[in-house]
Amino acid sequence: MDTFVTRRDFLQAIAATGGFALAGGINEVFAADPPKYGADGMPNGWIDNPLVFVAIAPDGIVSVTCHRAEMGQGVRTGVTMIIADELEADWSKIRVVQAPGDEKKYGNQDTDGSRTTRHFFTPMRRCGAAARQMLEGAAAAKWGVPVSEVKAANHVVTHAKSGKTAGYGELAADAAKQPVPTGAAIKLKDPKDFRYIGKGKTPIVDGFDMTTGKGMYAQDVVMPGMLFAVIARSPVYGGKVKSFDATAARQVKGVVNVVEIKGTDIPAAFAPLAGVAVIAENTWAAIQGRKALKIEWDGGANASYDSDKYRAGMEAAAVKPGKVIRTHGDVDKAMAGAAKTLKADYYIPHLAQAPMEPPAATAVVKDGKCEVWTCAQSPQAARNDVAKRLGMKPEDVTINVTLLGGGFGRKSKADFAVEAALLANEMPGKPVKVVWTREDDLHHSFYHTVSVEHLEAGLDKSGKPVAWLHRSVGPTLMALFMPDPKVESAIEIGMGLANVPFEVPNVRIENPEAAAHTRVGWYRAVSNIPHAFAVQSMVCEMANAAGRDPKDFLLELMGPARKIDPRTLNDTWNHGEDPSLYVYDVGRLRNVTEIAAKASGWGGKLPKGQGRGIAAHYSFTTYVASVIQVAVDAKGALTIPRVDIVIDCGAQVNPERIRSQMEGAVIMGLSNAMLSEITYKNGAVVQDNFHQYEILRMNMAPRAIHVHLVPGDYSKHMGGVGEPGVPPIAPALCNAIFAATGKRIRALPIKDQLKA
Amino acid sequence: MVSITVNGQPLSFDGDPEMPLLWYLRDVLQMTGTKFGCGMALCGACTVHVDGAAIRACLTPIGTVAGKKITTIEGLDPNGKHPLQVAWRDQGVPQCGYCQSGQIMQAAALLAANKSPSSTDIDNAMAGNLCRCGTYPRIKAAIEQVAKKGA
Repeated sequence: MDTFVTRRDFLQAIAATGGFALAGGINEVFAADPPKYGADGMPNGWIDNPLVFVAIAPDGIVSVTCHRAEMGQGVRTGVTMIIADELEADWSKIRVVQAPGDEKKYGNQDTDGSRTTRHFFTPMRRCGAAARQMLEGAAAAKWGVPVSEVKAANHVVTHAKSGKTAGYGELAADAAKQPVPTGAAIKLKDPKDFRYIGKGKTPIVDGFDMTTGKGMYAQDVVMPGMLFAVIARSPVYGGKVKSFDATAARQVKGVVNVVEIKGTDIPAAFAPLAGVAVIAENTWAAIQGRKALKIEWDGGANASYDSDKYRAGMEAAAVKPGKVIRTHGDVDKAMAGAAKTLKADYYIPHLAQAPMEPPAATAVVKDGKCEVWTCAQSPQAARNDVAKRLGMKPEDVTINVTLLGGGFGRKSKADFAVEAALLANEMPGKPVKVVWTREDDLHHSFYHTVSVEHLEAGLDKSGKPVAWLHRSVGPTLMALFMPDPKVESAIEIGMGLANVPFEVPNVRIENPEAAAHTRVGWYRAVSNIPHAFAVQSMVCEMANAAGRDPKDFLLELMGPARKIDPRTLNDTWNHGEDPSLYVYDVGRLRNVTEIAAKASGWGGKLPKGQGRGIAAHYSFTTYVASVIQVAVDAKGALTIPRVDIVIDCGAQVNPERIRSQMEGAVIMGLSNAMLSEITYKNGAVVQDNFHQYEILRMNMAPRAIHVHLVPGDYSKHMGGVGEPGVPPIAPALCNAIFAATGKRIRALPIKDQLKA
Repeated sequence: MVSITVNGQPLSFDGDPEMPLLWYLRDVLQMTGTKFGCGMALCGACTVHVDGAAIRACLTPIGTVAGKKITTIEGLDPNGKHPLQVAWRDQGVPQCGYCQSGQIMQAAALLAANKSPSSTDIDNAMAGNLCRCGTYPRIKAAIEQVAKKGA
């Protein structure tokens, strides 16, 4: 605890010098300059003040505050590596403190969109460098020598001329009195001197806790006298509780209270669903109590949602023209004059993120304030939502961020935190933990959209593509926020629908209408999943129709290495990044494709029943290609001997975690392709648990996953890592299956489609 | 009254004997190293040892393990240095980490029964333990690392 005391002292000392206010103001200056991109364009932007993120105790222990949520992507390690490197800190003396939700203080905390390193690499470098310079300043003042003569390295400041040295702990108090360097006064290290960044030798900071059961996740929060709740929620999105009888539930031993939670009219954003909560002395009693509830629901407008009927409706919409997203040339004429035409519908169902930790939150309401411990990807959003629902000011709500047992987009929407706050409000002074069961998680997620992607292509006599038509039909995630939108948003369009860089003379991309009947949210890689699946499958179908090698054909379709302004592809979103900086670099997409092919032994002979498939996709400003090798036996059993995946995300902070993210993206992409599907009957999700909503198990995993990293330049902008590995996996797999068997998979999941 | 031993400590519980061992560990003892993932023995996050054998605590009524010795992740090694825990860290296995208690307990039971498992043995033993982050290749590498050292 002494580090916290020191941290406060450090802060107070600097606040007194005025340095704190100065550093805090930088962001506002930038914020005034439109248009804003990258971190500048995010709510509350970025902060690079070392007094916010770094505290040094007299014993030399450095506490680094991580303001982004850890959900397996390694962010607590990565952010800390950046600061520690510029700070010249000894890794063994680093501790990580998790920031609560407070964007005014920390800058944007919305941990999604594969943005943390992309947006905070530079601010965190500046933060570490500024702290290092303050330590050097303190040492120079102490020894009465020019600051240019002292140098900080590995937790020690040295004056070479006199041979004097001082440790960071020894200097911390004086360093706090130094002015905070800002702007051009901050001296960043030369990347060749990086100690941790890019080295891949730093173990994850939570490794010990995670292997000994000590990691603290939201489901694991324990407090004296706490109560446990489970909630029966409306099976249908937008449904209401018509009436309920809690008599039997209240008789269950251990049940303490039964409380109704009011739903919110659609569009309900992240608001809790209508439901009835059972609060008990332990989770088991709460579950038993919930079973004893008698509830009559009013399903409302979505009570007839049925996946099969909805799919038929989307397929009907996909054969008719829709809103034009992008067009050049004359597709109809080119298609009519083509020597060969292809037409295919690709179907990708709703998916649930299904993080291994189902959502959970613990809240206490006391003296007009609310404190929450939860697994929030966006703790500031959780804070605002809790404050609004309880009628409190956000300053009176504290959101403590635990480790997240997986997130994948689900935990960006903290309905569970609001539920805990509402129940705690009914039990003043008592901590109440809301536990979501797996059934709750699968029944009440914010699901990946469902879509039909209709592709048509025309080839001339020589097999050259002359026409490309893509109609994308699927409900938009904007339906969470606005009443009944029917077309894809700029975000979804910019995820591999409009921004396809193929050199085809006639292109038309359309978006027929579709309405949402469930909570459509974002799921790791979002709309890149259906768009990449359809586009990269179609490319392979075209190659086969033209009698060409799919890899050669894909490269030819991409065309020569060149840089495309995303606006010329009608991608107005560009992942929120500056289109003059973040262009679509076809050379990089070609490069990852060629590396993947070479590494996989593309073109080399395989035994009968085996095949390779390739796919490449640009998303989250990162280029990824994958080659998957499959084996399909006579009975249709699918095994995966080998996967190669290549990522070019620009410069790398933690190559070791990039590798683990790619391995994970392969596995998750294979779950999407092979097994997972959420369906609806009478407005309600059909799948209850992992026996019905299947994800990949170890025995089905690839026998080998080879990850290849393309090195980058630290002076250039970075790309995302968490999501872009996923989109190429399903098409690479299905292209491989075609190569092995001649069977083309157009509807996911594959499940039994290969069975003889 | 149910008497059991958890990580060497004799304990007694006078609540509902139908309560799954998982909730006894997590809510009553407040030992949360054993995780809740599915409640139906489908994911393995709650794996613990009962007299050395790996079982799913979420579907095991506490009454059925009366008189038995329970080992949880907290009791696997007093210093967190069981060879598998060390190998897990060497290989950088965890991503979110949530499923790893169950994975390690399952792997420990496997190696106790079979010191040099084949790749298929590992697949078969570990197929009941889900990991949504996709750490399977590294889990396997960590198990193989320990098996090799032990062989």
